[in-house]
Amino acid sequence: MNVLVCVKRVPATAGHIALSADSQEIDTRYLGFTVSPHEECAVEEAVRLIEKHGGSSTVLTLGPEVAIDQLRDAMALGIERAILLETDGREWDPVATAAAIVEAIEAERAAGRSYDLVMFGNESADSAGYQIGVRVADALDLPCVTGIKALEIGDGEAMVRRQTEAGWETAELSLPAVLTVKEGINLPRYPSLPGRLRAKKKEIERIKPQWQDGGLEKIRLKLPVQVEHSVEILGKNGDAGAQVVELFQRLRLL
Amino acid sequence: MVLAFIEHLNGAPTTLSLEVLTMAGRLSGEMAVPLEAVAIGPKGAAAAGIVTSYGVSRLHVGDDPRLADYAPAGWARAVAELTERVNPEVVIGTASDRGSEVMAHVAARMKLPLAANCTEIAPGDPFTVTRQRWGGSLLEEAHLKGRVKLLTLAPHALAAEASPSRTEVATHPFTPALDDKDFRVRLVPQVEADTGKISLAQARVVIGGGRGVGSAEGFASLEELAGLLGGAVGCSRAVTSLGWRPHSDQVGQTGMRIAPDLYIACGISGAIQHMVGCRAAKHILAINTDAAAPIVEQADYAVIGDVQKVLSSVNAQIRKLREVPVG
Ligand SMILES: Cc1cc2nc3c(=O)[nH]c(=O)nc-3n(C[C@H](O)[C@H](O)[C@H](O)COP(=O)(O)OP(=O)(O)OC[C@H]3O[C@@H](n4cnc5c(N)ncnc54)[C@H](O)[C@@H]3O)c2cc1C
Repeated sequence: MNVLVCVKRVPATAGHIALSADSQEIDTRYLGFTVSPHEECAVEEAVRLIEKHGGSSTVLTLGPEVAIDQLRDAMALGIERAILLETDGREWDPVATAAAIVEAIEAERAAGRSYDLVMFGNESADSAGYQIGVRVADALDLPCVTGIKALEIGDGEAMVRRQTEAGWETAELSLPAVLTVKEGINLPRYPSLPGRLRAKKKEIERIKPQWQDGGLEKIRLKLPVQVEHSVEILGKNGDAGAQVVELFQRLRLL
Repeated sequence: MVLAFIEHLNGAPTTLSLEVLTMAGRLSGEMAVPLEAVAIGPKGAAAAGIVTSYGVSRLHVGDDPRLADYAPAGWARAVAELTERVNPEVVIGTASDRGSEVMAHVAARMKLPLAANCTEIAPGDPFTVTRQRWGGSLLEEAHLKGRVKLLTLAPHALAAEASPSRTEVATHPFTPALDDKDFRVRLVPQVEADTGKISLAQARVVIGGGRGVGSAEGFASLEELAGLLGGAVGCSRAVTSLGWRPHSDQVGQTGMRIAPDLYIACGISGAIQHMVGCRAAKHILAINTDAAAPIVEQADYAVIGDVQKVLSSVNAQIRKLREVPVG
């Protein structure tokens, strides 16, 4: 089977987030870059599917030239091919992003490469539009399930499970299909050194899609207002036991 | 008109849907246009008894029996078809898993932009929204275009507020033109409930463990406290990445959002991606060796010390309390 995984380069934010002076971006001066945990899991799932069922895997990203780092990270884990939809670094909204991905998949098909499965993260870590996978599925006329946490493939069919507040929900659909993945579907492996070296040498296919105004325009970013509050220190180590129990009683938990 | 897309369980709107109705009501007031609602599935008509307290004048019910069970593309087709017909200025849905999925299908089908997880909406030209990024750690102000403005409302961006006065609700059933293609995703109707344990989502007390718990075995003391308090155990992403706990226990941006009465963060540093999952807790108690850890300044109560030492003392005292014969 042939699997395509779509990922997005985002800052590897640490404990807290700071903004650039013009409030247009996260201040990334001291940060590395990565993809969303959901997408790390989508990449891992694609690698496992090919290990199990045979076939080939491709990773795609829409982003600036430096996003080849994230493509190489995916290839270091076992993805074979990589496609960069190269942008000039400005923000692409969900409509524009999905259109560029659809165009790339159609170009692949015209070149004789069709995909049984196109995978995404459920939402990107940064802009979190919750829609790229669904838009791509709609444009390609494919069935789609979002937010899956388990996947089994058999005989042209996919069986997926997702977690709801009430428990687990199961769905079935035929391939080809689009699936968006949530963290927890697997525990991604770490790249091996030979994997990294192999990925470094691989060629990356490049396409320059045309930016379009999709209708959702970022004006500025802002940090949520922090409410002032103070902390009551109940004590140190075991000595605090009694105060903690008293707190439970005060909160009517005991 | 403003159209609120509500989710319901046998006709009872979900909490998030009541929030959507509240926001949609405020918006319709500001825009001086009527408020209407749409519920999918034959049982949706029963929602009339509730939406009457939220200023809804018309309740549209997509009542085809094939829509009774969740079918993302089918539900979206119904909402999109209704939207084309009644021509609202704005359609708002919930940002639950289902709400997000259906609204994404509606947007794709109608070839319109969609703003997800909005917290504030300022109608006019330009139509401005504030929406969540990074799970709510960061906000974005954005302009939303399109002949109909499509958006989802971030959970708990406001509190649901029923009005004491009631509106006359006209129920309008409609049968959308459905296609077999809309049912290509076949949901197996039965939902397996998680067995026995108190769920993270519902627990009044959640005891969250981080890297500072030290090992998978170290969670025994958290489990014991959860047992004593009738709570549930959660954890940080560091813990699931280490394989100490299943991912279904993870609290945060890529895990669960919880809102217990008390969240006890044990050996958790308090990274923003974790905090967005637990900041709706009424009270936070941090147990951490590091008095300067970010969790300590974000908590209401803190104990500076080793998780295991603190918990073994707390657990022992609660056990002792229970042993004392009452009266
Ligand atoms: C896109 C993205 C999404 C993310 N999503 C999530 C998410 O959903 N949930 C999540 O939790 N994280 C998430 N993270 C990760 C997050 O940034 C942190 O890395 C993670 O929360 C850290 O977990 P921790 O607090 O257990 O570990 P650490 O940050 O390592 O903190 C351990 C803490 O334990 C304390 N400690 C150590 N020993 C002891 C002891 N013996 N007794 C008491 N205290 C002790 C230390 O002082 C420290 O404060 C995400 C990150 C990104 C980039």
